[in-house]
Amino acid sequence: MEIGLNHYLVLATILFGIGLYGVMRRKNLLMLFFATEILLNSVNIGFAAISHYYGDLTGQMFAFFVIAIAASEVAVGLGLLIVWYKRHNSIDLDEMSLMRG
Amino acid sequence: MFEAISFYLFAFLVIASFWIAVTTSQALYALTALAAGMILISGFYFTLGADFLGAIQIIVYSGAVLALYAFGMMFFDTTREVKEKNPNKMIVGTLAALSTILTVVIVAAPLVSENIVAFYPSVESIGNTQQIGVVLFTKYLVPFEVAAVMLLVAMIAGIVLAGKKMDVSLTKLAEEEIEKKAEELV
Repeated sequence: MEIGLNHYLVLATILFGIGLYGVMRRKNLLMLFFATEILLNSVNIGFAAISHYYGDLTGQMFAFFVIAIAASEVAVGLGLLIVWYKRHNSIDLDEMSLMRG
Repeated sequence: MFEAISFYLFAFLVIASFWIAVTTSQALYALTALAAGMILISGFYFTLGADFLGAIQIIVYSGAVLALYAFGMMFFDTTREVKEKNPNKMIVGTLAALSTILTVVIVAAPLVSENIVAFYPSVESIGNTQQIGVVLFTKYLVPFEVAAVMLLVAMIAGIVLAGKKMDVSLTKLAEEEIEKKAEELV
């Protein structure tokens, strides 16, 4: 049985769905960050698969830049989270709605 | 045959560990499952011939990003059970599935039309890492430099945001002094 591009794309779709489910479900901000990492990783699988099956290196290049962006996102996000935690002693998403309409 | 076995094995393990990472209420389980999933994903990269990407995945994600998350977990004291007020599971699941399908269809629709031409075709006789180096430092040099500046900005931002009041070493203080400092902070 031959594994084709579609297999990898379906896998990336499933992982993307799991990540999106986590983003919608999580209220703890640290756990929400975990879910965003899953989103970025699923997209990377799709890029690598397309890069392999079309014989093109562009997909892998994009995956590298996605990894770089993910790394800087984690650094800045955790810094902001630490500042918020020092002030409010909680990282719950529901308690962050300062601008009540 | 073996490719199919490895694909389905890795796919099952990655989906299972990411599902645990998303649904569990223990932060430690979530972090461990996420680390396992990240390492297993590099298996796909090695199968797909993207050796350098697989190595980078292990180093950056499993090494740097998850170490940072582990630090954050210690700081936020999420080792106890995470209490979350959960919305309706059916609504969340349906919305996630719908938006996933929509996003994937929008992004992957151009693939269906068969007129895709490789910009930078990979050459069989040269190793993957060498090809990546050649393409990265010729065609993608400007994005590479911009990414470097962005990482520097992120590093400085992380230090500035997280590094406040770190000139005081708690390990060198006596108990009473630590309590006094804690009262001052509150």
